[in-house]
Amino acid sequence: MSFLQNKIEKFDQYLSDHPKVKFFLPQALLVVFLFIIIGYLSFNASSNLAARGIDTGFSFLNKKASFDIQFSMIEFDSSMTYGRAYLVGLLNTILVSVIGIIFATIIGFFFGILRLSTNPLASGLATCYIETLRNISLLLQIFFWYFAVLRLLPSAENSLVLFNFVYANIKGIYIPRFVWTNLSFFIYGIIFTIFFIIIFNKYASILREKTGKHLPKFLISIGLLIIIPSFVVLTFGVSLEFSHPKLEVNMGISNYIGGVSIIPELIALAFALSLYTSTFIAENVRAGILGIDKGQKEAAASIGLTKTQILKLIVIPQALRIIIPPTTNQYLNLTKNSSLAAAIAYPDIVLVFAGTALMQTGRAIEIVTITMLTYLTLSILISIFMNWYNKKVALTEK
Amino acid sequence: MENIIQLRSVNKWFGEFHVLKDINFSVSEKEKVVICGPSGSGKSTLIRCINRLEEHQKGSIIVDGMTLDENTKNISAIRSEVGMVFQQFNLFPHLSILENCTLAQIWVKKKTKNESEKLAMDYLRKVQIDDQALKFPGQLSGGQQQRAAIARALCMEPKIMLFDEPTSALDPEMIKEVLDVMVDLAKGGMTMCVVTHEMGFAKEVADRVVFMDEGNIVEEKKTSDFFENPENERTKLFLSQIL
Repeated sequence: MSFLQNKIEKFDQYLSDHPKVKFFLPQALLVVFLFIIIGYLSFNASSNLAARGIDTGFSFLNKKASFDIQFSMIEFDSSMTYGRAYLVGLLNTILVSVIGIIFATIIGFFFGILRLSTNPLASGLATCYIETLRNISLLLQIFFWYFAVLRLLPSAENSLVLFNFVYANIKGIYIPRFVWTNLSFFIYGIIFTIFFIIIFNKYASILREKTGKHLPKFLISIGLLIIIPSFVVLTFGVSLEFSHPKLEVNMGISNYIGGVSIIPELIALAFALSLYTSTFIAENVRAGILGIDKGQKEAAASIGLTKTQILKLIVIPQALRIIIPPTTNQYLNLTKNSSLAAAIAYPDIVLVFAGTALMQTGRAIEIVTITMLTYLTLSILISIFMNWYNKKVALTEK
Repeated sequence: MENIIQLRSVNKWFGEFHVLKDINFSVSEKEKVVICGPSGSGKSTLIRCINRLEEHQKGSIIVDGMTLDENTKNISAIRSEVGMVFQQFNLFPHLSILENCTLAQIWVKKKTKNESEKLAMDYLRKVQIDDQALKFPGQLSGGQQQRAAIARALCMEPKIMLFDEPTSALDPEMIKEVLDVMVDLAKGGMTMCVVTHEMGFAKEVADRVVFMDEGNIVEEKKTSDFFENPENERTKLFLSQIL
């Protein structure tokens, strides 16, 4: 007993003499412990899988998927591989996330600013919108748009026709497909125009600095954006025709053929994600604008700036730095929430890959790992971009 | 002498609260007026009405021949002739000190960047912070920030300068550096309206002192008379508390 006590005391003494060892020893022990656990679990899993005769590894990605996907941005049919199916799912996830992020941002800014309006009707409307949609479960909202709204659309024969070129029915929304001749000229024209507008804006800034002359940058940019492409269209024989969707009856079932179809699942999911997330962004925007001291606007007014200039030069640059970090979180949430797609069978990465592909191949560990890493990558990419943007607008403090 | 600021029976309410009661007040060119009084007496509101950061509801305000009303053109014309310095400095934190000073020159007066920077540096030198020009407001001390705010207002080359308790938010050791700048400005012949409790400054610089209480101008006298022979009881009480 006294021997053991002696040892412990000596060890104690050693630790207090070597603070670095005292600091790192417990952490090193923890890491070793974690490795042992992970090693045990993966050994256990692989020996279990081997005992049941289940293959492991990623070779399945090159095998024939033999299932169809209802909606795909790239060509896909059942003779293609699981790897291709993964890509289809990934693109569908990215598609709905990008649509959602764009619309959530626009709608969010609109309602955030509207809620600050001095008009009680406008601000009341915005409050009502935000408080309602923010407090209802997202899954329920997806169901609402999918089952309660889009299911009420008429059958294909009685399609709702909007503006003579949009056809809405229970199977989705059909719009004309663009048929271009000499499209590449047009694209080059657009690229050139954008380039030209950037140069023009730089020139206008320099002109302002050098001569104090203020050109109407925005109006001229819009003008250029109309004039140059029109010129390209007229000179290089670029033309655009619309291939309208046509109602065809095949074996008693009528459907629209041709044109571009947007499936109701995508519409419902994009609607629900945009509206739900927009309420949170609206609150961020409101907080950002309210977060700016009243004195800032007064000081700006006192040196003669107009209301528009105050908004552009003083309020928005400062509000952005408050708005961006929590809005990044909302973009991440939206992207991850898009996996609720599975509930209405929109073929996103979870439904296609972690659903159908997993059921068919049984490669649970591989597929779940790939899907997790995919979401992680998407999230990190969004974060990196938003952090970069945030740095651009950040303040220099003490 | 011509009155550059002329208020005739100006009334203002914040909701039910009658903050300015029938104020008649004028300032002639190059005159320096100090406005003092207990808090809530309406002195800040009074000078904020002069560049229409507050709207008055009754009476008329004429600044440099222009009547303050709904007319937006008038307001911006008046604002570029009336500089204002705030208690909380209100520098723009996302812009450097130099950019704070050039912003309105570029966007309101449509000057070139070079011209506006040159003028800004002149005024920054005058308030002795030209060496801080490229720093941001958050990197400066309170006294330096307030001097930068004065330079920012001067860059518009105003005819009139309004000061709304410019030293109230400062640490005691920084008050003097700001007051020195204001004294210099006064000696340069600027028309000034200063809301302050710095009676030393009033004695040194002011031509006239106005005492306000509960929305009224209670007493208005030449500086020496004001301090030596105050008539109103409330003025006497106030002076005894503050001196």
